[in-house]
Amino acid sequence: MLKKVFQRPKYLKKTVFHYCPGCGHSIIHRLVAEVIEELDIGEKAICVPPAGCAVLAYNYIDVDMGEAPHGRGAAVATGLKRTLPDRIIFTYQGDGDIAAIGTAETIHAANRGENITVIFVNNGVYGMTGGQMAPTTLLGQNSTTTPGGRDQARDGAPLDLSQMLAIAMGSVYIERTAVNSPKNIRRTKRAITKAFRTQIEGLGFSLVEIISPCPTNWKMSPVDAAKWVEEVCTKVFPLKVIKDEVGKIA
Amino acid sequence: MRGSHVIAEAATRAGCRFYAGYPITPQNELTEYMAGAMSRLEDGTFIQAESELAAINMVIGASMAGARAMTSSSSPGISLKQEGISYLAAQELPAVIVNTMRGGPGLGNIAPSQGDYFQATRGGGHGDYRTIVLAPASGQELADLTRKAFEYADDYRTPVIILGDGMMGQMMEPVEMEEPIDLRKLPPKPWILDGAAKRPSRLIRSLLLDTSVEEEHNWKLFRKYESITREISRAETYQTADAHLVVVAYGTASRIAKGAIKKVREMGLKVGLFRPITLWPFPKGALLEWSRRVRDFLVFEMSTGQMVEDVKLALEGRSNVHFYGRPGGIVSTPDEIAKEINSLYHRQHLEED
Repeated sequence: MLKKVFQRPKYLKKTVFHYCPGCGHSIIHRLVAEVIEELDIGEKAICVPPAGCAVLAYNYIDVDMGEAPHGRGAAVATGLKRTLPDRIIFTYQGDGDIAAIGTAETIHAANRGENITVIFVNNGVYGMTGGQMAPTTLLGQNSTTTPGGRDQARDGAPLDLSQMLAIAMGSVYIERTAVNSPKNIRRTKRAITKAFRTQIEGLGFSLVEIISPCPTNWKMSPVDAAKWVEEVCTKVFPLKVIKDEVGKIA
Repeated sequence: MRGSHVIAEAATRAGCRFYAGYPITPQNELTEYMAGAMSRLEDGTFIQAESELAAINMVIGASMAGARAMTSSSSPGISLKQEGISYLAAQELPAVIVNTMRGGPGLGNIAPSQGDYFQATRGGGHGDYRTIVLAPASGQELADLTRKAFEYADDYRTPVIILGDGMMGQMMEPVEMEEPIDLRKLPPKPWILDGAAKRPSRLIRSLLLDTSVEEEHNWKLFRKYESITREISRAETYQTADAHLVVVAYGTASRIAKGAIKKVREMGLKVGLFRPITLWPFPKGALLEWSRRVRDFLVFEMSTGQMVEDVKLALEGRSNVHFYGRPGGIVSTPDEIAKEINSLYHRQHLEED
């Protein structure tokens, strides 16, 4: 008797991912689709994809999708959620989208306590445009606009947006995870589940920051990129629960 | 009622249930009225946004979810909203945007102006699109055109601009309001995002990487704009039947022009007014009709001359087009315009039939 133990999640379309080898987006897409299925929110979920590599998320995740201008995900999600409070609204944003051009929208959505969920994928570069410096690029890290490495005096230091959002009174649950190893992938899935539960229970703003390798723009092999996440990225952006007030409110 | 309040009340009665805005003079009364109006409705949402950009993007979200949604601002703020207006046009989302124009460019001043005509009628943001632009000229029309704005936005799935100015926003006139609509009686919107329950998932996007798909999308928008041009172009004429000279003006300028025409009529000058109510689509056909009978047109604007270009395009060189305008927030008096009409009338030798 054979038993099916692994299959395509219900809310993941039957398409081949266009993402580069070793990119974290396809793993994160799958995790989001699995969580949507497990929480049975596929008929209520509306995703706001960003500008960036993940703009094509609608080719993969099979829920309603409304594309936001670059950085405006949290504002578009606010309009959706306030109009349809019983639906599950989430944005899927990269680090350039959320922590540079969309900083204001994100901080104020968190501060208002908008009952939305943000999937924040941090790969330390602008991927789709070819590897320019992002707000999260590490000091010394090479990018096409920081030849010789990011220099604090010239380029500023990496911005920890999740910490900033934790200060906002309206944010409820913020966790930073990574998708560079099976252990971290499982932890990421638990975090995404908890973030959606936070919204389902109507508690307020939830966000999962996921450190995700970008071998193409980091100019590394997928294996080296995964290792670099562990050994370098997480030293600057430690994996941890940054804020959890779920218990206090619920 | 005050002009700004008229728009806000008419919007609420037209079924507006989502308003997001950011403080800017001279239109704060509209935002403040919406704060009260939305809070009194069980299904109303008012958000004072952190920026003009956030406000227009919240409107995008509300519109995706099917709400009748509005934002408002004044010139510098409308410049900031152009990103969202381009996306609304591209994603074919209905929304109403009120621009209470003030003196510019830059920060300018808070006096009434008509300097944003080009921005409003040429799309305003990036890309190949148009927005419907309505130009009310009285308290009653503020109410009526606000109702129309929401209807046009839904009918054509496109952003609609109500283009007023500080004078329109502040003036007090008696207004008869229409009864509030019953939202349940509006036609369903089979394109909104409300969760893919018992239907395939939907996508509202504007990224079309395939150039042939983007081209077809642009032609689709173009065909829509052609229908709009055929179906909603509107203008008012005043004392034009026997006119030898027709003044062309919209909004506040048209009221000043009317005052001036009354004065010159008393002196026996045969002068009329052509007032575009839709600035885009510009009522070209109606104006061209008048060129059969009228040799001279005087365009009057509270700017250095923007609509005058549309008048010239509409008249196709068949008549003489003259211009008088004052920019920077200067509001001409009817006497000033009457003097201008008088001098032009005699210079062009328009006395004889």
